[in-house]
Amino acid sequence: MDRRKFLTATAGGTGALLLGGCGKKGGNVLKIASSLPRTGSAQGQTDTIVNGIKMAIEEYGGEIAGMKLQHQDMDDATAAQGQWDAAKEADNAREATADKDVMVFIGPYNSGAAKVSMPLLNEAGLLQISPAATWPGLTRKVPGEEKSGEPEIYRKSGKIHFCRVCPTDAIQGPLTAVFLGKELKAKTVYILDDKELYGAGIAGLFKKKCESPEVGIKVLGHQSIIATQANFKTLMKQIAELKPDAVYFGGTTQSGGPQIAIDMKNEPGLKDCPLIVPDGCYEDAFITGAGADTLNGRVYATIGGKDPSQLTGAGAEFVKKYKEKFKKDPEAYAAYGYEAAKVFLEAVKKVGKKDREELRKAVVETKDFTAGVLGKWGFDANGDTTLQVLTISKIENGKFNPVKTQE
Amino acid sequence: MFELFAQTESAGFTQYLLTGLVMGSLYALIALGYTMVYGIIELINFAHGDLFMLGSFLAWQLAQQVGVTTAAANGSAAIAATILLMLLVTPLACASLNVAVDRVVYKPLRNAPKLAPLVSAIGVSFVFMCIGQFWGGASKVKFPNLIPSDNLLDGTGLQFSWKDAMVIGVTLPTMIALTVFVRYTAMGKAMRATAQNPTAAQLMGINADRVIAVTFAIGGALAGVAAVVNGFYNESVEYQMGFQNGLYAFTAAVLGGIGNIPGAVLGGLVLGVVGELGKAYLGTEWSEVLIFGILIVILLFRPTGLLGARTREKV
Repeated sequence: MDRRKFLTATAGGTGALLLGGCGKKGGNVLKIASSLPRTGSAQGQTDTIVNGIKMAIEEYGGEIAGMKLQHQDMDDATAAQGQWDAAKEADNAREATADKDVMVFIGPYNSGAAKVSMPLLNEAGLLQISPAATWPGLTRKVPGEEKSGEPEIYRKSGKIHFCRVCPTDAIQGPLTAVFLGKELKAKTVYILDDKELYGAGIAGLFKKKCESPEVGIKVLGHQSIIATQANFKTLMKQIAELKPDAVYFGGTTQSGGPQIAIDMKNEPGLKDCPLIVPDGCYEDAFITGAGADTLNGRVYATIGGKDPSQLTGAGAEFVKKYKEKFKKDPEAYAAYGYEAAKVFLEAVKKVGKKDREELRKAVVETKDFTAGVLGKWGFDANGDTTLQVLTISKIENGKFNPVKTQE
Repeated sequence: MFELFAQTESAGFTQYLLTGLVMGSLYALIALGYTMVYGIIELINFAHGDLFMLGSFLAWQLAQQVGVTTAAANGSAAIAATILLMLLVTPLACASLNVAVDRVVYKPLRNAPKLAPLVSAIGVSFVFMCIGQFWGGASKVKFPNLIPSDNLLDGTGLQFSWKDAMVIGVTLPTMIALTVFVRYTAMGKAMRATAQNPTAAQLMGINADRVIAVTFAIGGALAGVAAVVNGFYNESVEYQMGFQNGLYAFTAAVLGGIGNIPGAVLGGLVLGVVGELGKAYLGTEWSEVLIFGILIVILLFRPTGLLGARTREKV
């Protein structure tokens, strides 16, 4: 496809290969790798992230400083698992670090997967930007979780290579508890989680805030579920006996969210009880999985950041362009996929060459970034976004309807 | 966990027993398919769970085609007709598919070593799973909620909804019909004869191929019935559901004594009850440990399963 590349390859023959052709051969291709669960039920949400990345690349005409921008869409899920797979995520990380043209690794979607790829990428010094992994421990110490050794275990080289454009669960979990107490006037809550790093993590943060004196919600119980079980009817009967004011589920659409909503609806004692789910369920697949009428007016979903319908200025423009281009409403994480690619591409523009270390530094040190669609933000010393917003949406008529934004 | 233990005493035990029996009869329906096929040709049909999954998608598709997807927007006549249609078409389709798979995949391997058809069955299972994913997508799909979940036992402190009633109301007659068929019809007799001694049965003039085809047809039909019932009961369908349900049903069949029809039913019921009681008293996350732990203990003392001793030549 590239004439010069073709000529070098044929004329140079073995010589080109021996003389470390890597640097020369792809001299003007810059690859943006992304590793997201593209198979399985998170696909709707990751499609929208990839669309966001593509839109950002297109804005530069696919080229910066003579370097052709190429997006490499990697999948970290398997059909057999139906969701992310640790081995696949590790493979992707290795493939990306081995390819000298890859300058950034966008992803992953799941915090559990981040745990796998982060140490690998850190060692190789490859920049990683996640649009959606929200477990706080990835970037900083979480009180009460010191034993895990986070986040140092991800930073063997001592440098920060991982940053994220989405607010973490350290904001989402506690602010959800505040919302539950203040707005829904709940006095008691029952907590469920899916045992995963993300789900159990956010449920724990939520629980801690509920029990704090300023919120003062009584936690009636906390159980982990097994996502593959056919139903949770018995569990719901037990919860119904405790008569909680609300139920919280820390988990994703893939790890049991819809089934919990369905079984609550069928349990007479819980059919009007509010259910609150975090951003792992903030996607259309959650609504189609549980059925719009199952969720109507009773189920709340939270997301760190804003719902696409709330974006203003450049954000609103983005939503409009997205709709024109893909003939679909963007899902919640579209803007974060876009923002992750955008902050990187701006750094490429500044640095002007393919240098992993310089690009890493340029991105991690981003302050007061305004070129994107989320408003003005930057990365703090840990690599977390300074954006601290939580949106709570009520699911009504099959749509996420923002009812409250907390900062 | 222990907090819960204290709180679940009221109507608890009876309630969990009831739910367990309902879940158990679902497992039993699927387990029958495993056990019958094993009884005749000693094949563990690993694709059976995924056949059940395809049946679920078919039932869901039927409701979409007819346009009856909510209880509110349709009269009870339309709903009853839709349910009947599902209960008629799905088992029929599943039976045909099962027979077809046997013809194409397992039949040529009839005299091959036992492992060959077993591996083929695993292959078929993956093919079915991919068809399911292609058909219904990767996400969970909502099964139409056509059966009300009102409590029929109000005032007793127990809960038994129309949904539970439907599971029992469909599975019980199905199992009785199956027992009658196997016990009293000529074909049933031929099946039992083939299971006991295929060579002798063939020498007595029994057409083994026909018996095998009928077995696959009945097993498939039962999976189809289970698919419809399960769809209404759990209200969700997913391309991966075949694996979990298949594993449970297979376990039920082994627990009861694989190859033994009443054994599969008993195994299913035991599994359902133990599973629900485990969820209630040990916590949801430990119920599977309990189920499979009990399986190991039972097999230690009765290697042929609960009722397995009657068919000693099957091991």
